Amino acid sequence: MSAISVRSGTATTETGPGGAPAPAKRKKARTRLPFRVRLRRDWPLLLMAVPAVLLVIAFNYLPMFGTVTAFEYYDYILGFWQSTWVGLQNFSDLFADPNFWHAFENTIVLSVIQLVLFFPVPIALALLLNSVLSSKIRSFVQAIVYLPHFFSWVLVIVLFQQMLGGAGLLNHLLLTHGMNAWNIMTDPGAFKYLVTAQSVWKEAGWGIIVFLAAIAAIDPALYEAAAADGANRWRRTWHITLPGMRGVIVLLLVLRLGNALNVGFEQFLIQRNAVGSGASEVLDTYSYYYGVAANNFGLGAAAGLFKGVVSLLLLYGANKVAHFFGEDGLYRGTR
Amino acid sequence: MSTALSFKAKPHKAPKRPVWEEKPTVVGQAAKGATLTVVVLLVVIPVYAVVLTSLSPQSSVNIAGGIVLVPHGLTLNAYREMLDGGVITRAMLISLAITVVGTAVSMVVSVLCAYGLSRPRSLGHRWILMALIATMFFSGGIIPSFIVVADLFNGYDQYWALILPGAVSAFNILIIRSFYMSTASELIEAAKLDGASEFRILWSVVLPTSKAVNAVMALFYAVGYWSAFFNVMLYMPADSSKWTLQYVLYTYVSQGATMPGQNSATAFAGKDQPAPLSLQMCVVVLTLIPILVIYPFVQKHFTKGMLTGAIKG
Repeated sequence: MSAISVRSGTATTETGPGGAPAPAKRKKARTRLPFRVRLRRDWPLLLMAVPAVLLVIAFNYLPMFGTVTAFEYYDYILGFWQSTWVGLQNFSDLFADPNFWHAFENTIVLSVIQLVLFFPVPIALALLLNSVLSSKIRSFVQAIVYLPHFFSWVLVIVLFQQMLGGAGLLNHLLLTHGMNAWNIMTDPGAFKYLVTAQSVWKEAGWGIIVFLAAIAAIDPALYEAAAADGANRWRRTWHITLPGMRGVIVLLLVLRLGNALNVGFEQFLIQRNAVGSGASEVLDTYSYYYGVAANNFGLGAAAGLFKGVVSLLLLYGANKVAHFFGEDGLYRGTR
Repeated sequence: MSTALSFKAKPHKAPKRPVWEEKPTVVGQAAKGATLTVVVLLVVIPVYAVVLTSLSPQSSVNIAGGIVLVPHGLTLNAYREMLDGGVITRAMLISLAITVVGTAVSMVVSVLCAYGLSRPRSLGHRWILMALIATMFFSGGIIPSFIVVADLFNGYDQYWALILPGAVSAFNILIIRSFYMSTASELIEAAKLDGASEFRILWSVVLPTSKAVNAVMALFYAVGYWSAFFNVMLYMPADSSKWTLQYVLYTYVSQGATMPGQNSATAFAGKDQPAPLSLQMCVVVLTLIPILVIYPFVQKHFTKGMLTGAIKG
């Protein structure tokens, strides 16, 4: 299984400028109609794609070219074209800034913690839920655990504040039972685990949906055959269910590794005042605070570009590793 | 599928344990039940406590010493105060308007694009698809986006800056497209032979057969618009009359801003004045209500809508 496929029929071949298929490709394009005929046939379809394409050009591709800001001393009055070109100055400033490396380190550490503590939770929950026979109970639990996925980060953090914060439920209980209060929400040392707990609370339930589908796709006859051979419940899980989920697990691992530098942005932005930038600064918040808030657009853009390029390399690398282990990963060359 | 989110082949009947499967042990069942109960409570309790606190009078907040778990009388005073036309009311209306308009724009654009790219062997669809997918894996980052929207298109302090930049999600388009590709192509071919235009086919054949995916995607977009607060922080931080509900809530949470709307003390004689905590929780519940209202209707489509698109692709 691959996540993304653009194949929907035969491979496309280029057409020559005159509308006829390029001569070199003529053999392959035997079944293909001339460009003009296809245009006459398909123009309504193309027209339908136009609004989306325009929006993507304006708000995704223009900003990609806008990364030139990373090489400029950007002045909004002068704009992209007239701002002073400073070459790699922003990058040398960036790499000389200990705050940047601190944000980078925080990002990596958080990513690793999330990988270890978050990733297995939906898998375990899916296995547990799958073993529940009553479909009523399953539907009920699913409806409940999917819900936090649709809460905003502001809302999730308010809920955590009210439960674990200084004036929250936990501390109220601790104090009334004669123990010391512990304000987890403002403790920089606990922050990494706090944000991971928030992510688990918000997204782990939603995460099971893919795994449940993968389990549902496993042929039930395999279980019966294994049971006939004397495999107990655990062995069946280990030898049938988990291998059946392997494709999805690897795919999500690849995506997670490729997204290693995306540990969440709003979540950190909201809590930055509470725990301080020391614990909560990640690459995205660094880019925002040094770029927009401190008005150093060049530096912020350089941090953003650095993150984008490293993410792309990580995704490529993770996918290569998946191929090495014989999995499809995110994409699988051309077939 | 009548039973929500059931993965069994026959959702109507209570599934039976296959004959070859061992009987569950008492300890195993108990552990399973306990774990699931804890998981459900972890989600339910915070929401319950916040809703109850928003509905509690000053006296029960005092008894509880903060967040309320046991009700001692209920009151809507906090809601009355917050929805009497002040900052919160305005922010709520702005949020609702942006969510409705934004979702409409996103859905029209995405559905059109998804169908336009879903017909096999149509001209150029692979290139457009590639260009869309590329946006999922590389972005210019926050700063260039800000510069493009704020400086190039003059979007600073404009409501459209909260809608258009995020109006298209390549991921959602891919899911809708996969779903459309799996709808019966015989129907489409038949409609074509009858002389129906592509727009006609989309409207009369494809849309009616893909309600599940359309509902789920509309929910995704709506939740995205409703939940966003950073775009307000980016594009209109100075003008508080344009703030959305999430951003107002953010200013309380993160900046410790004082609650607006606490100026009408005269409206409540003495002890009926809602506790500040209740007012705050009232704002929290206001951000929650639209989601809780829509969620049950869409929730049953998740599996069908999401996975037919995502897994097949």
